[in-house]
Amino acid sequence: MASSTPANKKYKVIGTRPVRHDGADKVTGRAIYGSDLRLTGTVQGKILRSPHAHARIKSIDTSAAEKHPGVLAVATAADFPDLQDKIANLGEGSVNLAHLGANVLAHKKVLYKGHAVAALAAVNPHVAEEALKLIKVEYEPLPSVTWVLDAMRDDAPLLHDDVRTNSMGKKADKPSNVPTHIHFETGKVDEAFAKADVVVEREFKTASVHQGYIEPHVSTALWNEDGHLTIWTSTQGSFTARQQTAELLQIPVSQVTVVPCEIGGGFGGKIAVYLEPVAAMLSRKCGRPVKMVMNRDEVFEGTGPTPGSFMRVKLGATKAGKLVAGEAWLAYDAGAFPGGMIGPGCMCVFSCYEIANARVDGYDVLANKPKTQAYRAPGATQAAFACESVVDEMAEKLGIDPIEFRLKNAAKEGTRRVDGPTYPRIGFVETLKAAQASDHWKTPLTGPNRGRGIASGYWFNIGLKSSATANVNSDGTVNLIEGSTDIGGTRTSIAMQLAETLGIAAEDVKPRVVDTDSVGYTDVTGGSRTTFATGMAAHEVGLDIRKQMIERAAILWDCDPAKVECVEGVYKSNGKSLSFRELAGKLGHTGGPVVGSATVSPEGSSNGFGTHIVDVEVDPETAKVTILRYTAVQDVGTAIHPSYVEGQMQGGSVQGIGWALNEEYVFDGQGRMQNANYLDYRMPTALDVPMIETIIVEVPNPDHPYGVRGVGETPIVAPPAAIANAIYRAAGVRMQELPMSPPRLWAAMSKSSAAKNSPAKK
Amino acid sequence: MARVFIPAQWRDLTGGISEVDVEGNVLRQIVAGLDARYPGVAGRWCEDGAIARGLAVSIDGAVTARGLSAPVTPQCEIHILPAIGGG
Repeated sequence: MASSTPANKKYKVIGTRPVRHDGADKVTGRAIYGSDLRLTGTVQGKILRSPHAHARIKSIDTSAAEKHPGVLAVATAADFPDLQDKIANLGEGSVNLAHLGANVLAHKKVLYKGHAVAALAAVNPHVAEEALKLIKVEYEPLPSVTWVLDAMRDDAPLLHDDVRTNSMGKKADKPSNVPTHIHFETGKVDEAFAKADVVVEREFKTASVHQGYIEPHVSTALWNEDGHLTIWTSTQGSFTARQQTAELLQIPVSQVTVVPCEIGGGFGGKIAVYLEPVAAMLSRKCGRPVKMVMNRDEVFEGTGPTPGSFMRVKLGATKAGKLVAGEAWLAYDAGAFPGGMIGPGCMCVFSCYEIANARVDGYDVLANKPKTQAYRAPGATQAAFACESVVDEMAEKLGIDPIEFRLKNAAKEGTRRVDGPTYPRIGFVETLKAAQASDHWKTPLTGPNRGRGIASGYWFNIGLKSSATANVNSDGTVNLIEGSTDIGGTRTSIAMQLAETLGIAAEDVKPRVVDTDSVGYTDVTGGSRTTFATGMAAHEVGLDIRKQMIERAAILWDCDPAKVECVEGVYKSNGKSLSFRELAGKLGHTGGPVVGSATVSPEGSSNGFGTHIVDVEVDPETAKVTILRYTAVQDVGTAIHPSYVEGQMQGGSVQGIGWALNEEYVFDGQGRMQNANYLDYRMPTALDVPMIETIIVEVPNPDHPYGVRGVGETPIVAPPAAIANAIYRAAGVRMQELPMSPPRLWAAMSKSSAAKNSPAKK
Repeated sequence: MARVFIPAQWRDLTGGISEVDVEGNVLRQIVAGLDARYPGVAGRWCEDGAIARGLAVSIDGAVTARGLSAPVTPQCEIHILPAIGGG
């Protein structure tokens, strides 16, 4: 049973649960996804991918494919502008265009199996697939490396001969597979460890996992005869897709329109472009709309998983349970190009706790795998698996209840993180107390082979730029125009904030996500920013409209606007009053339409903390782990639409359960993924998990007009650690490697059992 | 004066000092002031006249989007961090 939070009494709209505005279209199948698009004259594009994990491209001969009946265009990297060392700022951060371009279509080398090498457009997908076989690529295979520690060795195969280690601006002088080294240090770490009563140090490994969105990447491009390029695509950020595509093609952004289709999941994996520039190039060559859809194996092998990692975490505490020292050493693979998730991993590893003396080293490491991309709280889940496992062991050694131990050390307002900044008002302590008071925690777990675990997690939640516009209709409804792709119900959560500001019903706001020509610049739907930042823009739009409506009422009543007040959507002055709807009907007589617009760029983090409780049962013979009960507790600031907040908490938890128990990229000795399909890459289904219970904690964010904090990413952070801690109590083994799949857990249980039964132990 | 928290990896330039107070109204002046005292800081902090890619600057807990033009207030805290995005 999912618990719920009563409507927020402070507000009329916020905290209620209206039917989502796009609900009817979604449940009737009428919503337009990228694959539904059918433009007249559309042809199909397909990509030829590398069979090698690492190889030099000696030549590409496309002549036979070009002559094949039904083939209309062929493209390789040679068709694109040379973008050596050009850097583009993409709002969320800058990107090396040479690397981005080489990921879209390989230049001189292929760096992972599945790396795109050439593309063609044909009259139908069958002809396209046949013609791909006619493209002759001569490769010189090279040694490959997929495990992060192997890639760091001095004798590892080098992926790029121009990448040198950058240590916060200090560049190394020789090429390396380590593009970035991060080091944080605060206090007197060695001294503090020496004085600690208890020290626990453990090593951890995690496998690469994929974001696992159900909808594969899909794009259609039409390069018109007038030079204008339109792209319909499944993306988390239409403006970012526009800029990346324009940069890779070296055309002005004004020459590109990106139309965001409905999106069947992204989770961070649909921010970088893959198909868009290729479809555009093919369209330019053949003069027809070109549609490209990835197969599932292409999604696994050609798009971004999250980093595989090796981590070592050490904590020191006093007998009284106060953490006094922390040390972490993290190596995350970045895949084939620099720029992985090591930064946030380093910043998050100790972010839940107040530790005066701490040191963190982090390494971004190149490997022959697809370029890693963000995945829901990128970098934080791995770090929390390591830190929260050590925290659990520390609490056990000290004989302190795991929640009490966390409460003794919990970060709070004023706590300085290891990377430097101090927290504003946050709600971590409140999540721990809510977990402690929960029915789940208070209900004893009984039965053999069962155990309960708990873990906490943190994600920053970012701000960035958002724009919105709204038009007041004469019937009192408002059309809200926004640029944030709706992945998790944000049309409604943003519309509700506008409705609250205007004092009208959520249903009276009609939200629409539009293309890049039709709204102001808006950054990606990612970083748990959309309900926070685009919601803030909607609030600003509401204030703008309210001000204009007051001016219109003043015209009607022939009074000073300062004498008109607006109370819960009713405009009043000197005994006269008009509802929003009534006043909207009179706009034509007072100067014409009212349009409100706003753009915002909030700079703070909204700081999300969560604490998860899980009960598991471990089959002693097969080591299969069954999740018996799961509760996610999270500080969400203010729950705009509690159902969507619960949905995010449940979805993130289930993805974290998959990461914990089953999901992994399995490579053979040549760096080739062996399980690029959903039969062999095991994601959880509804049959694998119980109903995820949710407890919403509301500690309003002081930096948002309605107190919103980001919600979507925090829930994936705690699950692997919580499950590992539960498995320990069920089976007696502390798992230090993800996934904790039956073969891996069975081996650990067997080893533990053998150790207990060995003569030395008897 | 603004207080700049020197990243551990820059402390080779500051002789191990981890916090430095610097005069300035905008971030550009802070960078210049710090570089004047500890030569080499600007080379690590900036690239092509902007904050180096991969870095972010937090001023009193808010990661600025205004680059070197970001306003700086007296007694504010400045931290240099890895840039982050999200999923």
